[in-house]
Amino acid sequence: MTVITYRDAVTRGIAQEMQRDPSVVFLGEDVAAAGGVFKTTPGLLEQFGPRRVRDTPISEQAILGAAMGAAMTGLRPIAEIMFSDFFAVCWDLIANEMAKSRYMSDGQVTLPLVVRCANGAGLRFGAQHSQSVENWAMAVPGLKVVAPSNPRDVIGLLAAAVRDPDPVIFFEHKGLYPSRGEVPDGEITDELGRASVLRRGGDATILALAAMVPRALAAAEKLSAEDGIEATVVDVRSLVPLDMRTILAEVARTGRLFTVEENPRLCGWGAEIVSIVAEEAFGSLTGPVTRITTPHIPLPAADRLEDHVLPSVDRIVETVSKAL
Amino acid sequence: MPEIPESTALELYRKMTEIRQFEKRAYDLFMQNLVKGTTHLGTGQEAVAAGVSQAMADDDYMFVTYRGHNHVLARGTPMTQVMAELLGRENGLMHGKGGSMHLLDTSRGILGAYAIIGAQLVIANGSAWSAVYRGTSQVTVCFLGDGATNIGAFHEALNLASVWQLPVVFICENNQYMEYTPITSVTAVPRPAADRAASYGLDPVVVDGNDVEAVYEVAQAALGRARDGGGPALIEALTYRHGGHSRADPGKYRPDDEVKEWLARDPVPAYRAVLTGRGVDPAVLDELDRNAREAVDRATEEAKAGPLPRLELAGTNVWADGGNAWRN
Repeated sequence: MTVITYRDAVTRGIAQEMQRDPSVVFLGEDVAAAGGVFKTTPGLLEQFGPRRVRDTPISEQAILGAAMGAAMTGLRPIAEIMFSDFFAVCWDLIANEMAKSRYMSDGQVTLPLVVRCANGAGLRFGAQHSQSVENWAMAVPGLKVVAPSNPRDVIGLLAAAVRDPDPVIFFEHKGLYPSRGEVPDGEITDELGRASVLRRGGDATILALAAMVPRALAAAEKLSAEDGIEATVVDVRSLVPLDMRTILAEVARTGRLFTVEENPRLCGWGAEIVSIVAEEAFGSLTGPVTRITTPHIPLPAADRLEDHVLPSVDRIVETVSKAL
Repeated sequence: MPEIPESTALELYRKMTEIRQFEKRAYDLFMQNLVKGTTHLGTGQEAVAAGVSQAMADDDYMFVTYRGHNHVLARGTPMTQVMAELLGRENGLMHGKGGSMHLLDTSRGILGAYAIIGAQLVIANGSAWSAVYRGTSQVTVCFLGDGATNIGAFHEALNLASVWQLPVVFICENNQYMEYTPITSVTAVPRPAADRAASYGLDPVVVDGNDVEAVYEVAQAALGRARDGGGPALIEALTYRHGGHSRADPGKYRPDDEVKEWLARDPVPAYRAVLTGRGVDPAVLDELDRNAREAVDRATEEAKAGPLPRLELAGTNVWADGGNAWRN
């Protein structure tokens, strides 16, 4: 076991898959020679060469188009879109093309590709470089969607995504890049569609994703120490496929469901989950569900404002303890 | 230019007459409400599809627009499968899941017809890159309309293709109209594709899109150069739709004298005249016309007899496992 950063886990995950499978190629802006604007891909060009690791122009549509055409014809591309906000620039390729090509052809096309991006807030980059847009991808049939919260999951879920025969949108969190975690030696694999129960407690079930996971865990510790409330914390990890089996089981254990979502209020991943719980597990609830989210606003740039609107550890603690 | 062999010439004529008769039947079936939704017919533009497809190798890739019946038929996809797709039957090319605008036949390297204008250009770069990566000599041919030259994906695709020197040949079928609007009124330069070529380090190439042998020759040269590692090409083929933009559009915005002038340059009778002028027996061409009509009739019957798609097909093949499950 070693402790590595989330950003180094990205490098290691891509390298692991490129080493294993010669059909894996990687392209994006500043990913090769510069090692990535977030330093997530240093050394890959040196290790795998310019045939397999390619710098592109600032052309998001062309990046994803090339990935899709290559995936249709025998390659397994990993395409980087630098900031998840930029999905808006190439949304046709994601929502209309790669998500639908197999369906429209009733199976003639297989698209084993991964689109990875830097998602999320906390770095004072302002409204157009800080969004959490995993719900945009979740809303489009034909896309698998994952968002790891720790270095081990980065490697394992990236491996699972690369090996998956369908398009996977891989949401890294830019605020988590410097965070550290233990990873085993050797090859790391995982599966899409599986949530992780990180902590068990009988009073509340807290679902979180990506950068909200460490906040939910910290809140659970505070709730235990300060209020005697024991919370289960579930790292959702995979939005599509969604591990409702685990989520429903954990909600049934406590009867109280909370989500911690970095996205703006409307139509976040938590809205879908609480809707499913209301439909299928109403009887297991002993109180109303509560979604803890950023308000429905663009994100401000000033640090004081940004910190105020994102779900903080204190806001999670206050909301859960008030509710119970 | 050396005269092409008669066998090739007859192939070109066969493709054009088959496309002509198929599209006419598609129009009739739409008027009988057997083809639903909409369809975008290529009547009048047969020479581009025939000439380019004839220059392609069997394992080359092809991307087409939503006006793609011509090209798919020219590459050999059976008429029945295309007709049945238009009729929404399970024996359709995509079992009725895609429809007229999204024809796709991977068995023939036809990586799809695209309804979002410009999308196919950026995707075509991918199959071209893949061929280079895998070390094959496959070339990717990508068709687009004149309207597509003004959309962002055109710029991104051409730039990347040039920077990466990809084996992709972009063929702009300039039928003078961006849907309902004359292309010249919405384009900053007179030749929508050719006048942009230099921006990507490419030579401007303009060809009479209604002269099937001229198209064939230009295509051969561009494909050959791409196949030899010479990089991409952008070809502008001048042509004209005989009908409206889609079946819903009678095309009344086009001036009568312009329509008359282009109808007089109909590529199919024009090529008949070229061939008979070279000494080809008209009866040979009549037989090709007759065969085409019979093939279209057979395809029509087989499509009409095709089963309505089983309801469960609505749920198939979102994913590679054949299903659509998003949760456990």
